[in-house]
Amino acid sequence: MTAPRSAAGGTGALSNWQNGFVRRLPLRIAVIGICLLWSLPTLGLLISSFRVPLDITRNGWWTVLFNPFDLSQYTLQNYESILGAEGFASGFFNSLIVTVPSTVIPITVAAFAAYAFAWVRFPFRRALFILVVGLLVVPLQMSLIPILRLYGPEQLNLSGTFLGVWLAHTGFGLPLAIFLLYNFMSQLPGDLFETAAIDGATHFQMFTKVVLPLSVPALAAFAIFQFLWVWNDLLVALVFLGAGSDVSVLTFRLYQLIGVRGESWHILTAGAFLTMIVPVMVFLALQRYFVRGLLAGSVKG
Amino acid sequence: MTESIERVDRVGWRALLMPMGVLLGAVGVVLGLLFLTDRQAAANASAVIWDLVGNSSEATNLRRGGGDQTLAKLIALVVAVVVGVGGIWLFFAGMNAIVERLLPERTARKVIPWVFVGPALVLLAIFLVFPAVLTIVSSVTSADGLKNWEWALTNPAMLATYRNNIVWLVVGTAGAVGLGLLIAGLVDRVKHESFAKMLVFIPLAISLVGASVIWRFVYAWKPGGLEQYGLLNALWTGIGFDPVPWIQTPPINTYLMVVILIWLQTGFAMVILSAAIKGVPAEVTEAAKLDGATEQQLFLKVIVPMIRGSLVTVTITTAIVVLKVFDIVYSLTGGRFDTDVVANQMFLQKFQFGNEGRAAVLAVILFIAVLPLMILNVRQMKRQGLPT
Repeated sequence: MTAPRSAAGGTGALSNWQNGFVRRLPLRIAVIGICLLWSLPTLGLLISSFRVPLDITRNGWWTVLFNPFDLSQYTLQNYESILGAEGFASGFFNSLIVTVPSTVIPITVAAFAAYAFAWVRFPFRRALFILVVGLLVVPLQMSLIPILRLYGPEQLNLSGTFLGVWLAHTGFGLPLAIFLLYNFMSQLPGDLFETAAIDGATHFQMFTKVVLPLSVPALAAFAIFQFLWVWNDLLVALVFLGAGSDVSVLTFRLYQLIGVRGESWHILTAGAFLTMIVPVMVFLALQRYFVRGLLAGSVKG
Repeated sequence: MTESIERVDRVGWRALLMPMGVLLGAVGVVLGLLFLTDRQAAANASAVIWDLVGNSSEATNLRRGGGDQTLAKLIALVVAVVVGVGGIWLFFAGMNAIVERLLPERTARKVIPWVFVGPALVLLAIFLVFPAVLTIVSSVTSADGLKNWEWALTNPAMLATYRNNIVWLVVGTAGAVGLGLLIAGLVDRVKHESFAKMLVFIPLAISLVGASVIWRFVYAWKPGGLEQYGLLNALWTGIGFDPVPWIQTPPINTYLMVVILIWLQTGFAMVILSAAIKGVPAEVTEAAKLDGATEQQLFLKVIVPMIRGSLVTVTITTAIVVLKVFDIVYSLTGGRFDTDVVANQMFLQKFQFGNEGRAAVLAVILFIAVLPLMILNVRQMKRQGLPT
């Protein structure tokens, strides 16, 4: 474009193209490097989980890539043993049982609260909302010991029960839920509410008939966020569900495997991959909502 | 005139239905809650189902607490969702009806908002506010309170722990935000943009434990002379060095664990910053190009300052995540090999050593570390608009 550059690059379409290619080479290499760095670790785990147990530690997983069509080097045996003997099948159900109510309950509670914060006037509204936003970053660790005592046998007796974990996840998830939903609901056009108020609609009607249907994107965004958070959580499950084998979730099982069978890579790789399937599928299927939620949560739209 | 008659009719019809529905629902919710708190109830329910299909041996097994618990768990899941969601809606609808019908209109208008925010506030109070206050108070007033604080602030092992946390905070935050910014900037100008983004993005869906296993495999070690199966040691020995047991070797092990977190968190920074970069008006970048700015100059001097708000938010959010890091350290080393961090030590104090006082002190220290970030967060929020 400018004089010095065309002088350096010579003339003609080809050298122009060459010039562009060479100039863009570092950029391309950087992007390829990033792609490799972000895919190779997972790829290695995935390939290894299908290899014959003894092979996994005999040589690197990448040796498979030299003759990928030799089918004798693959096996489903690792998955069979992880689902059967290692109790991952029941862990899978437990994760589901912990995650679904822990996602649905906070959304419902938060939606009501967010509506009130956004569209109903009441005393201390601002102060209470600031409190909620502040709670967003209070570390979970502050709550663990007192709640564990509250859940103890002399009081609520909820330790090691699903109900206890649902309530804990609800409490811990509420600040973000209220915050995200508030951000969304407060952006809805005010005319909506004026029209509805003239028609004599109560807040409850306005909430259920107008605001909730319009807030589906934000509800979905938080739902995915919370689903991933709960499914992937180790700390809360560790503290409130504990080691009871009939209730323990996938992340806890996987953690146990690292400790007990740290060098049994055939079990570990299959187990790790199994814990990842559900969240990654949910994530990929509902990505768009998730991105929207993230954006609403951190940069004002 | 006719309108008002209709309204009365509708109200009269509902007046009967509503209380009955609420009452039935309330009974259902109470029964459901009892069902959920009874540890054997779901198994018994599934035993009844097995009896109905004629498999009585399985039913007996279940009643004795053995057998396959899968069905019992599915029943518990359904009951939980129905009771949880149904119970909450019932509560809101019921409270709303009571307030609207039984209270004079002026009072009702004042009470309704509290029906809406009440449950959330109660849950927040029970699970966050009171516990946090209790933890702070008990960290000081418990029998060994002052001794515990002295231990936390002077013990050499604890000081090393804080150093590790600082490494996590600085390297982890800078790494994730820096790489996220770089990728957002680079990938903006490359074909197959969405593919590269997707790869960086996917780890966000993976648990920290899962990511720890993935990277533990990358860092795996075999004694020298043997063929390495860990990617890092294969590369390391490939360029002529002796294999290193990375996870057990301080101080590099902490940095290698930070890499796991960066790998996981970069996608978050990238998505937000990439959206912010796309929001920079085209006129601005065009004008800078006309003025002869190179691509680097354009990026560093025009785009980065324009997305500063997003950068600050992403940095705060990432820093909070990094400060609270627990899963990676707990599952990879349990804090051994000089890799301890505060959250891990707090967990060990409570659950390994049974020392609640020290655990409370460490929780408070974590809180104090997060506090400035919290204040920044609230300030950022104020700028974005609060309820007035």
